[in-house]
Amino acid sequence: MSVKENPASHPNFWKRAQVASEERLHVRLESLVVLGGLCITMTILSPYFLSVNNILNILLATSTIGVLAIAATFVIGSGGLDLSLGSVMGLSGVVGAYMAVNMGLPAVFGVIGCIGAGAIAGFVNGQLITRAFVPAFIVTLGMLGLARGLGLVISDGRVIYGLPSGLLYLGQGRPLGIPMPVIIFLTTALVTHYILAFTRFGRYTLAIGDNENSTRTAGINVERHRLILYTLSGGLAGLAGMLFMARINSGDPTAGISYELTAITAAIIGGTNLFGGRGSILGSMIGALIMGVLQNGLNLLAVQSYYQQMAIGAVLIFAVFIDQYQMRKEARV
Amino acid sequence: MTLLSIKGVRKSFGSVDVLHGVEIEIAKGEVIGLVGDNGAGKSTLMKTVTGMYQADHGEIEFEGKSITGMDPGARRALGIEMIYQDLALAKQQDVASNIFLGREPVKKFLGIIPNMVDRKTMNIKAQAMIDDLGAHLPSINRPVGSFSGGQQQTVAIARALTFNPKLVIMDEPTAALAVREVQSVLDLIRRLRDQGISVILISHRLNDVLSVTDRIVVLRQGRAASNLITSETNMTEMVGAIVGSGDMAHAAAHESAG
Repeated sequence: MSVKENPASHPNFWKRAQVASEERLHVRLESLVVLGGLCITMTILSPYFLSVNNILNILLATSTIGVLAIAATFVIGSGGLDLSLGSVMGLSGVVGAYMAVNMGLPAVFGVIGCIGAGAIAGFVNGQLITRAFVPAFIVTLGMLGLARGLGLVISDGRVIYGLPSGLLYLGQGRPLGIPMPVIIFLTTALVTHYILAFTRFGRYTLAIGDNENSTRTAGINVERHRLILYTLSGGLAGLAGMLFMARINSGDPTAGISYELTAITAAIIGGTNLFGGRGSILGSMIGALIMGVLQNGLNLLAVQSYYQQMAIGAVLIFAVFIDQYQMRKEARV
Repeated sequence: MTLLSIKGVRKSFGSVDVLHGVEIEIAKGEVIGLVGDNGAGKSTLMKTVTGMYQADHGEIEFEGKSITGMDPGARRALGIEMIYQDLALAKQQDVASNIFLGREPVKKFLGIIPNMVDRKTMNIKAQAMIDDLGAHLPSINRPVGSFSGGQQQTVAIARALTFNPKLVIMDEPTAALAVREVQSVLDLIRRLRDQGISVILISHRLNDVLSVTDRIVVLRQGRAASNLITSETNMTEMVGAIVGSGDMAHAAAHESAG
């Protein structure tokens, strides 16, 4: 990273800023500093970076992964894992496109089809995890294959083209010059941030990830909560599938391959604890934006895309390193 | 007045029978010591009282009403609190979050959006509760995992006492504490009794049990084997009841020496 903060030189200022950032925004200060530093660096290196168009481009490119990262934050924050996000996203796009194109239903059914298919897949995940006691890793790994295969079966392995204009608008419309996916993504992020950070539902989510047993002794129905979380996760994957489908004007059964890993990466860079108990949507959005800005900036600088992958991998490890370093210093967790 | 009565409670895990029909009655404001060897069923019995386990047979009544089928949350709402041996704290959350987990006060955000957890109220009440207990924490806004063992226990105790409990079950509350902290826990138990709150104290530290309880129930092999009035018993009798046979003078002397 080009930014070098020296916490030792003004410990009070840095510490206070850290606490304020955590308490007010529920975001780790380090993520904000990294994002800010990246933006400043890119602005200096490329004259195009800091233009309205380019910023909207970054947000548009981040919208799908961003929605998946929201899902990942809820599930990982509760101590779980959803590896089926990318596959469910692909399945949802196919189901939505199938309903809108092959069955000729109105556009609204395309939306319902996408989100519904995702939520059902998530509900199945949740049932298997909470009632059959199969570990989340296994269930969602299985769903990764199941959902991908089902999408290919429904679409017969082909891309479904030609969405009705109503659906197309959700992906390509630009009210006030702002792309629809960006509007939907940011609205979803705001609503879910409120839920995770400020409501009982959100607190229970993190409490389950922190100490499942103590949450149970507090009288909270942990199984029911988990079921809701996985259903929510699937529904959000469905929303991501809809955004992607509408943007590329087709239901592609191979959409979203390995997106779950990118989404998890964004959540972790944003400060979500991989083992649960800590995380915020705003934090994960910063994580997703760090990746988006990095990709966009390296594109502007015409750096080969292979290096982008390396950079993101390095940022992930760096983020968790900073996190662990701080925890070791302060906590006895 | 009987607060809690446990009637013929049985519990088994697979083929292992842990409780074989336990009978215990506890009066309002009474402090009971629950002692017994490892595996006697103390913790299992208490978990059937808090609702973490469902009894296979038998009845549990609280204030004259059956609570046998209730879930842990409903029993907590009636006033049954337990302080667990492992404290059962969410270590990455702060003090107020732990104390109010499952019972957060809510308000409306900007006066319209519902269900916002009222952090300010939570923090004020949590701080007041910690002050009441005479404890000092570095900051109630820090994750409880960053506190010392004794401080963490203060949080667990505060959680059990914040919502006006009628019965507080303590599972080995003094096992991991320093001498001074042990005394403050024992003082706390006496204070609770003075306020009319019943306490069930599970402990291997028999000296503590003798010094603070009104009555001692000895569990042996899943039954309430003996029921001793604390003022009329002594270490030898208690140790004999726990172990069940033979001359226990030597073991009792060892325990007395502490």
